[in-house]
Amino acid sequence: MSVAAPEAIKAVPIRHYGQWATAAVVIVAVGALVWSVGTNDAIQWNVVGDYLFRPEIFHGIGITLALTAFSMVAGIIGGILLAVMRLSGNPVLRTVSTGYLWIFRGTPVLVQLVIWFNLGLVFPAIGIGSLSTSTNDLISPFGAALLALALNEAAYMTEIVRGGILSVDPGQTEAAHALGYSGAKTMRLIVLPQAMRVIVPPTGNEVITMLKTTSLVYAIGAQDLFTEAYNFGSKNFTLFEMYLVACFWYLAMTTILTTLQSRLEKKYAKGSHAVPAGPGFGRVIGKVRMLRSPEGGAR
Amino acid sequence: MSDVMVKAANVHKSFGHVEVLKGIDLEVKNGEVFCLLGPSGSGKSTFLRCINHLERVTAGRLSVEGELIGYREVGDKLHEMKPKEIAAQRRDIGMVFQRFNLFPHLTALENVMQAPMKIRGVSKAEARTQALALLDRVGLSSRVDNYPGQLSGGQQQRVAIARALAMKPKLMLFDEPTSALDPELVGEVLDVMKDLAREGMTMIVVTHEIGFAREVADTVVFMDGGVVVEAGSPSQVIDNPQHDRTKSFLSKVL
Repeated sequence: MSVAAPEAIKAVPIRHYGQWATAAVVIVAVGALVWSVGTNDAIQWNVVGDYLFRPEIFHGIGITLALTAFSMVAGIIGGILLAVMRLSGNPVLRTVSTGYLWIFRGTPVLVQLVIWFNLGLVFPAIGIGSLSTSTNDLISPFGAALLALALNEAAYMTEIVRGGILSVDPGQTEAAHALGYSGAKTMRLIVLPQAMRVIVPPTGNEVITMLKTTSLVYAIGAQDLFTEAYNFGSKNFTLFEMYLVACFWYLAMTTILTTLQSRLEKKYAKGSHAVPAGPGFGRVIGKVRMLRSPEGGAR
Repeated sequence: MSDVMVKAANVHKSFGHVEVLKGIDLEVKNGEVFCLLGPSGSGKSTFLRCINHLERVTAGRLSVEGELIGYREVGDKLHEMKPKEIAAQRRDIGMVFQRFNLFPHLTALENVMQAPMKIRGVSKAEARTQALALLDRVGLSSRVDNYPGQLSGGQQQRVAIARALAMKPKLMLFDEPTSALDPELVGEVLDVMKDLAREGMTMIVVTHEIGFAREVADTVVFMDGGVVVEAGSPSQVIDNPQHDRTKSFLSKVL
């Protein structure tokens, strides 16, 4: 008896009436909101348009980006040092690192900002003996902002880096020790390159968070995007319009960063199966090294 | 130079309250292939790891070429060595692990090149030439640019042997080098080890490969419960064991 191939199933799909209903509600609600904002006489949309591309705003964007970049670089370096200290066998280093985290994660970054900015109140001059300068000359608003954001970020990066280091198989450290690597070389040449796979994706998140956190520096007038927007707004009584200008640019920047971030995550997710990282991961490290080595890609 | 490579005198090792080694007395001679057999938990791997100070000896004396491992003896007192000094001792002792422990972010070639370059200060060109020769010797000249994740277990273990040899060790330690391998891949690793033995390398091998021990070993030691039960030539210990524990162990694995 021969069996004919059965007919393909043509079933009636489940109807998602609930979804259609909620979608309708959401569309109406969002539409009403957009309508009320767009047609609101209190918002001068032409002002938003006028100020969107003002050179002062672009200067503010420059400061915001510079603060983000510099404080992240310093934060990452600080985070690596603090994480290594935290995991070291030396109780002094461990305690210093733990204390640092306690203070810098336990106090608001806004408070840290104004403390650095007002350091001159308690330490009018900084230096040793005759080699001293006025604190207020040394710590400009930008300097205070950078200091506060970088030191605060270092505390958060410490935990990310520590997680990355702990994710590397202890057998790797053992193998390096058996070959005669010192503790520092084991960390630099063997453990950290492997920990990067775990460290890089959340660090991307930190960059995006940092970009937004920089807006806090308006409290000390560091001329970032939000400060510039705020200054225009309070001068011309167009605060709300200027907030919208700031939102537009923040959203534009975070959108770009988020796109980069999701690409980065995809790249690093490839070799994420246990210890033997795939070739993709090795290639990334190889590329980084190629950029660094003076003789170029001699591989 | 003395004829003795490794000398263990009443070596004890405890983890907290658990005593894993209960007084090991052994001598490994220069150029000797020394196999440690025994059930798991017998302390044979721990003993091996004491030889390059991956584990600290808690009592007794363990020395390589007359030099105490991990400690300095001043008068009748032992001083802990600095990490730098321990690293210097380990440079001359190669080790091969059960789980290979190759560096996954480096290619096979880079795995073999890195330690000579970064630890011994060998030039890149020289390290490369040497690494290529070593990889050829373990039969992997066609896989030098592969990452460990692209190699089979047997290939990875052969790279690991080449990596250890690149430091030009005077002594090689093998910690169950074939236990994590698929059965059909065991032979290729044992062949490399046999070559090495033939060339006169001093080797201490923790293994369950009785055939390998019988064929290659100069001395076979049977350990159980943290003590040496029996030691001698393969024909004595494997083919004509005197102790009941040795006999029952061998009857199970042979």
